[in-house]
Amino acid sequence: MTTVARGLIQEEKLIFEHSDPGRRGFDLPPLDVPEAKLPEEFVREEIPGFPEVSEVDVVRHFTRLSTWNYGVDGGFYPLGSCTMKYNPKINELLCRLPGFAHIHPYAPEALSQGALELMYRLQQALGEISGFPAVTLQPAAGAHGELAGILMIRAWHEAKGKARRKVLIPDTAHGTNPATAAMCGYEVVPVASDADGILKAETVRALMDEDVAALMMTNPNTLGLFESDVKEICDIVHEKGGMVYADGANLNALMGIARPGDMGIDVMHFNLHKTFSTPHGGGGPGSGPVGVTAELAPFLPVPLVVSEQGRYRLESDLPQSIGRMKAFYGHFGVLVRAYAYICTLGPQGLRHASEMAVLAANYVRARLEGAYHLPYTGRSMHEVVFSDRDLAGGCATLDVAKSLIDRGFHPPTIYFPLVVRGALMIEPTETESKEVLDEFCDAMLEIARQAAEDPRQLKDAPVRAKVRRLDEAAAARKPVLRWTPES
Amino acid sequence: MDFPNHLFYTEEHEWISIEADVATVGITDFAQDSLGDVVFVELPEVGSQVESGKPFGVVESVKAVSDIYSPLSGEVLEINEELPDTPELVNSSPYEDAWMVKIKLASKDELGDLLDVEAYKAFVEQQ
Amino acid sequence: MRYIPHTPEDIRQMLEAIGVGSVEELFSTVPASVRLDRSLELPGPFSEAELLREVRKLSQANAGLDHYSSFLGGGAYNHFIPAVVDHLVSRSEFYTAYTPYQPEISQGTLQMIFEYQTLICQLTGMEVANASMYDGATACAEAVLMAVRSTRKKRVLLSAGLHPEWRQTVETYCRYLELDLETVAVDASGATDAAALAGALGKDVACVVAGYPNFFGVIENLEALFALAAEAGALSVAAVQEPVALGLLRSPGELGADIVVGEGQSFGIPVSYGGPGLGFFASKQKLMRTLPGRLVGRTQDLDGKPGFVLTLATREQHIRREKATSNICSNQGLCALMAAIYLCLVGKRGLRDLAQQNLAKARYAREQLCALPGVTPAHSALTFNEFVLNVPGDLDALLERLAAEGILGGIHLKRFDAAMEGQLLVCVTEQNSREEIDALVRAIAGGVK
Repeated sequence: MTTVARGLIQEEKLIFEHSDPGRRGFDLPPLDVPEAKLPEEFVREEIPGFPEVSEVDVVRHFTRLSTWNYGVDGGFYPLGSCTMKYNPKINELLCRLPGFAHIHPYAPEALSQGALELMYRLQQALGEISGFPAVTLQPAAGAHGELAGILMIRAWHEAKGKARRKVLIPDTAHGTNPATAAMCGYEVVPVASDADGILKAETVRALMDEDVAALMMTNPNTLGLFESDVKEICDIVHEKGGMVYADGANLNALMGIARPGDMGIDVMHFNLHKTFSTPHGGGGPGSGPVGVTAELAPFLPVPLVVSEQGRYRLESDLPQSIGRMKAFYGHFGVLVRAYAYICTLGPQGLRHASEMAVLAANYVRARLEGAYHLPYTGRSMHEVVFSDRDLAGGCATLDVAKSLIDRGFHPPTIYFPLVVRGALMIEPTETESKEVLDEFCDAMLEIARQAAEDPRQLKDAPVRAKVRRLDEAAAARKPVLRWTPES
Repeated sequence: MDFPNHLFYTEEHEWISIEADVATVGITDFAQDSLGDVVFVELPEVGSQVESGKPFGVVESVKAVSDIYSPLSGEVLEINEELPDTPELVNSSPYEDAWMVKIKLASKDELGDLLDVEAYKAFVEQQ
Repeated sequence: MRYIPHTPEDIRQMLEAIGVGSVEELFSTVPASVRLDRSLELPGPFSEAELLREVRKLSQANAGLDHYSSFLGGGAYNHFIPAVVDHLVSRSEFYTAYTPYQPEISQGTLQMIFEYQTLICQLTGMEVANASMYDGATACAEAVLMAVRSTRKKRVLLSAGLHPEWRQTVETYCRYLELDLETVAVDASGATDAAALAGALGKDVACVVAGYPNFFGVIENLEALFALAAEAGALSVAAVQEPVALGLLRSPGELGADIVVGEGQSFGIPVSYGGPGLGFFASKQKLMRTLPGRLVGRTQDLDGKPGFVLTLATREQHIRREKATSNICSNQGLCALMAAIYLCLVGKRGLRDLAQQNLAKARYAREQLCALPGVTPAHSALTFNEFVLNVPGDLDALLERLAAEGILGGIHLKRFDAAMEGQLLVCVTEQNSREEIDALVRAIAGGVK
């Protein structure tokens, strides 16, 4: 069996169960001013069960927890639509420089010129990569960028005096798209992609009317296919007075090759934690800057970083702005990392990264086609979607995923996009070598064989992880979402 | 899959049993099977009015959620108080223990819109 | 390129396996009409050494708090961060992992979040907490949406003592949802005016939102405000911008809150020019199924061994789509980890001591500053580690002069509201020594005259 993992797994209690009254993991300098007291009615009782542990307890606890995780630094992580590329270490060092990590958002602008200049340069760079003349760095993640983008579209319509009611969303879209549209007060109209997985101009034409505010699309789409009708689709939407939003989740296929702004897209968010190598952090923080056309620029959230005679400042005076998306100016620490990544690769390097990402996905596809069903056969870009249709032994996508774990790989994205039953969505990224891709493909092929020969093994997997399959139904029926001293 | 002969059905995969002017409603074996392990059921309040074709509750599994559409119009007389605490009954006993609501019918005219067991089986075949 | 391993030979072999002659052929579905026909105009490529030199230069053009004595707060606080925090979050098993969708190989992140949820419940006095939101401001906006969702009412009352940027964020989120956002004034004490609140409340109010401590550092009488809200059938939301206060103050839960949100940056997260921070979000059990964001729950594996999973996911966008409780599909995983590590280190006693030091230092500074001629407190209520002063003369010029002396003296509130010209928000934490405070007093005395 192909496997790249075997090891010691240590048990570890909850931190609360390590508590011992009187233990401390923190010390303060002696108080050098007179003591102060609050009236008793303001003061809380001791918090029952709050941790009392030493520094050593804390270090060992979290170190042990970390060993139960799988990260990109430990192995291949082909999660489709997540772009789990290598997270460069220099970027971690740079965002921790004292002049970045320890600067206050309300420090005078004259004393924040370096931070503002970096943000300005990043706005410019993202604009150049995407073909948009204006960029905001404020949104905290992709979904937050979507919210900013759709709010801007709505503000633009309202400024023209024509509030519209509907947003068109293809069936291949991420769930965030309809959820965002609803948060902006829009009704969602689903749009079916064609049998070949592509959104067709005529489909959009048939649905597009003067009550449609926007079309939200992802290009390449979540099947990993380039939406080749994109320009015509944008023209159709524009003719009827609508706008086109692009989900930038899959920009890693296109850097230096084609720009959403040149395709007729009006707004797009970037996922700096995907395309621009900033770490996913086990769920965040991400960063979701948004690029817009000149037409939409007046509606950008405030504040924006602007440059005047070589000085930089925050501009908040945008009368048509949708307002503020969060406190302060965005996930600055993430912006530093993304800027460093762009500078390290440079223009040729970014293009090369996209080319190699597409090459890797097509290579994986070539090696697995035949053993796994490929529901959409158009040319793949940076990711490829298989299904479990042809698996023997009654095995399903979930079994393949769990079997990969036993072989030392993180599974692909599973059961998404929804248009593919039992989807396995593989995005290898450009930072994985051919040897790693081969090891992964070997494991996938072996799993497909095993499904025919010994399906029980697949259904039992994983058997080598910290835990076996977990009872998610029990977790949801009687939710236990916290520890209590009695539990 | 089990579809009792004495029940009526809808294309939204509810079953209905009629006694006098009271309809008892639940979801079918097919519905529970496609949802998977049911983890949560939300039912309307007793005394509330439900309308044919409009959602009156929600049933959730770990990874799916489905509205329950009222097959008929009327007033909710009774709900199954067991279900919120033991939603797994929907999987183990969809037609007996996991009945959901009893509705006092506003009119019997809507009964004609329901499917009989053969029509429902044919509908499920196409799914 | 050191991050991309493919040699020309690798590329050749891969193309051969695919059955195409060139990388270019792989892009055949991208029409020429949308191709970029030139190179991108960007800086780089830079070697690691060049990049470090260039970016360090930018970092040095900022007022690092290691070189300045800072009295800036206003939602971003300078607290000491033990070395352990950065050491542990630098373990790449944590920071290079994705969202824990595959629980068998994500138990580290999942158990950590379960512990984080517990810590937030303990601090806020709530029964459930989610895995975190982007920041305090967006958590506050999500709390308003949740209150509207669960009460099906359309009026929202926001205290004028709420952080102005949090209020603006709420306004942005609610822009097109046909809600009435109304402001409840603060009185001369700096606290929310209870009489004004009583007047504004009615059966159509979804929630009341008040800061704790509020933007002016004032410790609100939440108990009184929230009792009024409950009487009218509205939900009570406490918005905590400086959670160190919760080490000392009665928890919002004890005072009647239904939802508690806040900014967790104070807990071991660098200020970092305002982000990333940590939005925490907690509520009463009865609101659990309307919570936005991720939740981690405890369960068992096939062998009966305890473990953790993401749970109650049917509330979320990837399943409920347009009917989801929010469009959020991330959390601040790594920042939640920082906060969890920090809170475990600081512990039960440490958090109390820390809060006491903040209170004592701020009180000392307030007394010293208010002894200066012409300087008066703007509010009469008790404050925690921030307070507002009326300062005579040209406050901008004074702050500029202080900065030249290496002191970031506070926030001129004029930046939020022209009516607050001459009002200075001063924050004092355990990081400010008595010497620094005395130097601030002397420097202001030199300018106030």
